[in-house]
Amino acid sequence: MRIGLIIAFFALVALLAIGLTRNPREVPSPLIDKPAPAFDLPRLAKEGRFSPAEMRGKVWLFNVWASWCVSCREEHPILVEFAKTRRAPLIGLNYKDPRDDALKWLARYGDPYEFSVVDADGRIGIDYGVYGVPETYVIDRAGVIRYKQIGPVTPDVLAKKIVPLIEELER
Amino acid sequence: MNLRGWWLAAVLLPLAVLAREAPPVAADEQVEQRLVRISEELRCLVCQNESLAASRAELALDLKREVRELIKAGKTDDEIRDFLVKRYGDFVLYRPPLKESTLALWLGPFALLVGGVAVAAVFIRRRRAAQQASLSAEDERRADALLRGEDRT
Repeated sequence: MRIGLIIAFFALVALLAIGLTRNPREVPSPLIDKPAPAFDLPRLAKEGRFSPAEMRGKVWLFNVWASWCVSCREEHPILVEFAKTRRAPLIGLNYKDPRDDALKWLARYGDPYEFSVVDADGRIGIDYGVYGVPETYVIDRAGVIRYKQIGPVTPDVLAKKIVPLIEELER
Repeated sequence: MNLRGWWLAAVLLPLAVLAREAPPVAADEQVEQRLVRISEELRCLVCQNESLAASRAELALDLKREVRELIKAGKTDDEIRDFLVKRYGDFVLYRPPLKESTLALWLGPFALLVGGVAVAAVFIRRRRAAQQASLSAEDERRADALLRGEDRT
């Protein structure tokens, strides 16, 4: 009996300890392995519009950012470095951001994006299940979302998850 | 009215003119009521322990705007919930559906209850057995005697 109680106690401690290591903010996205939602949005810097269908046949990254977003600052240098490697096209979704602020932000911290598109009222963000900027999607040649990074991309995530995934998808 | 009363009236009267009735929150009362009913059962993803109805987070306001438009477009409650589940997963529902991934969530509390009752039953049974064993025939005789108030030795 006593041994049983001790075992039960440690099992409970182990269960709760595992629970503590998990991040409740990371809600698994139901969009993984689903086609990336279509949209047609104006570009941020230049004239013209963009829709994800134009990226068919390419593996690409779709990064949701905003100038008001604090963790985007943290992630930005990593994206700038990534863009230099030209590993895959990186397209930005400027989420609920005044245009001037967004342009100023890019001028100040560097622009790693091929281009960014403007989601002024956050509607496309909702279609992509965005709930905390920054978020980053890896989209395959067929236009299917294969990975979603919730929160900033770290060098670790980039090296261990995103880049290997791009390699796998391009094979 | 004395002088003080006049003063008070002079100060308060312009305020009364300025005061207006609070404008209705939304033109369509019915839409708002349905919005509240639906969003009370939805979780805000930003402040996860708050319902969508209660949350003032930016995303919550955007999602309520979306829900409001779906209501106006004549969607049913199920269709609206489905819209959000497709984008954010079952996590947005305070009553997630019963399926493989939510089995532990739905049945876990009952499993714990059954386990707890079983442990309690074993514990109680053992204690009872221990109590019964502690009275020998001699003890019983003495206890009877004490109860009857006879022998005090």
